[in-house]
Amino acid sequence: MDQLLQQLINALSLGGIYAMLALGLAIVFSIVGLINFAHGDIMTFGGYGIFLSMVFGFPPIAALCIGLGAAVVMALAMERTAFRVMRGADVISLLITSFAVSEILKVLFQNGISARPVPISFPAAWSGSYQIGGMTIGVAPTASILVTIVSLGCLTFVLRRLAIGMAMRAAAEDFDMLRMLGVRANRVVAAAFAISGLLAGIAAVIWTAQRGSVDPMMGFFPVLKAFIATVLGGLGSLGGAVLGGFVVGTLEVLTQAFLPDALAPYRDAIVLSAVIAVLLVRPDGLLPARSGARS
Amino acid sequence: MTGQSDTVLDVEALDVRYGPVRAVRGISFGVARGGITALLGANGAGKSSTLMAIAGVVPVASGRVSLFGKPTAKTTPDAIVRSGVGICPEGRRIFASLSVEENLIVAGTAVATPQVAATRREEMMERFPILGERRRQLAGLLSGGEQQMLAVARALMGAPKLLLMDEPSLGLAPQMVDTIFSIIEELQREGISILLVEQNAALALEVANHAVVMANGEIAGQGAPADLAGDTLLKSAYLAA
Repeated sequence: MDQLLQQLINALSLGGIYAMLALGLAIVFSIVGLINFAHGDIMTFGGYGIFLSMVFGFPPIAALCIGLGAAVVMALAMERTAFRVMRGADVISLLITSFAVSEILKVLFQNGISARPVPISFPAAWSGSYQIGGMTIGVAPTASILVTIVSLGCLTFVLRRLAIGMAMRAAAEDFDMLRMLGVRANRVVAAAFAISGLLAGIAAVIWTAQRGSVDPMMGFFPVLKAFIATVLGGLGSLGGAVLGGFVVGTLEVLTQAFLPDALAPYRDAIVLSAVIAVLLVRPDGLLPARSGARS
Repeated sequence: MTGQSDTVLDVEALDVRYGPVRAVRGISFGVARGGITALLGANGAGKSSTLMAIAGVVPVASGRVSLFGKPTAKTTPDAIVRSGVGICPEGRRIFASLSVEENLIVAGTAVATPQVAATRREEMMERFPILGERRRQLAGLLSGGEQQMLAVARALMGAPKLLLMDEPSLGLAPQMVDTIFSIIEELQREGISILLVEQNAALALEVANHAVVMANGEIAGQGAPADLAGDTLLKSAYLAA
């Protein structure tokens, strides 16, 4: 029981990170038809933002905020320099552009900072744990779950209640019509990238707070999982991205916790087989996007 | 020419091309201030292409489009709309996954201040009471006629001086068609100039004060509706009605 609750917290914590990354991918995809392979590098950049501001002596909380800001700035810069000129291109051209952006950034991280992990030393209390009813629960996973809930709540508020959020939902449905209502395309696209960057920044904060280091590939693997989550949930569907993120996170934690040692090396294979099995039954994902895939 | 000319829209020698295809071939016409120009013709005559070129959605291959006395070269649809144009596109294209009210909120974001937009939303719900009753409902669940009213209301959120309407009666029940046409006449009485693309020529000729008949991307004839209606040759050749 104790063990199960412990794993449940881990699953929610990891699933939340995947969910926020998947959501960032889905928001951009639903509006501009871009599968942003460089999304992981936005997260990594956020991580380096935290690292560098700590090096320059900022207190940890300020460093986390700077990391968030760095991720947003990176997402906006990517849109402005690489993706805006490619607006309206087909999915494949956009995907290849994002590969290029990703490679450029990785090389810059490797040569500009370090190819090896650089340590970030957060206060010891952050990696501590506390007791509830005889159970030991980590501070970081708990904080990560709370941050995820608050972030998803805020995003829901923005998309449901604010005019810019409604415009983004409208853009996902019919971008050209939105322009025929006088809305500047660049503003909506920039807002989508800013939100996706903010979500990647939050993921970077939680990730680095739990692991205490940053390396050039930091964002790559979690975003790979987030890709799988978006496909599992239904490409372009925001609800699906969140659900997919939690499903992939939970599968990963459960296989890690309960798989016999002999099968442990096959963990990813088992998780991905489960994803394929779901897609065989539901090819459009768990919660397909209403208007179908857009290009 | 000053901004106070007697036309709000001038199209001169307009060409629209899709690759090698010349969909619109050097047509010229205008919309008078406060008037309704009906753009008529069979399917594929180039009516919608003309309208979309005026709206800035498809590029003008050659020729000139002037709105309110100013040429619109190299402008985007959003800039054209912000200059005082409302667009009701073919197929209505309401945002089905948004509520009725959200459709109107989105339509107000770029063309009015938040306070003005809120006032206009209330005005729209009074003008079209069915939209007020269904404000929280998903727009995709409205009937065709209600969706058309929403599309018109959405286009009016910026208080346009010129309204571009593409096939507003298409696919609607006869009674709803009458309602839509009475709305069109009402908008004209309020001083809004209208370019109306229609397949229902009989009704369009009733409300219009200028009519342009297109065939194969060219203008087959234009003039006062009474003259065109009497032109039996033109009528039998191009106007199914």
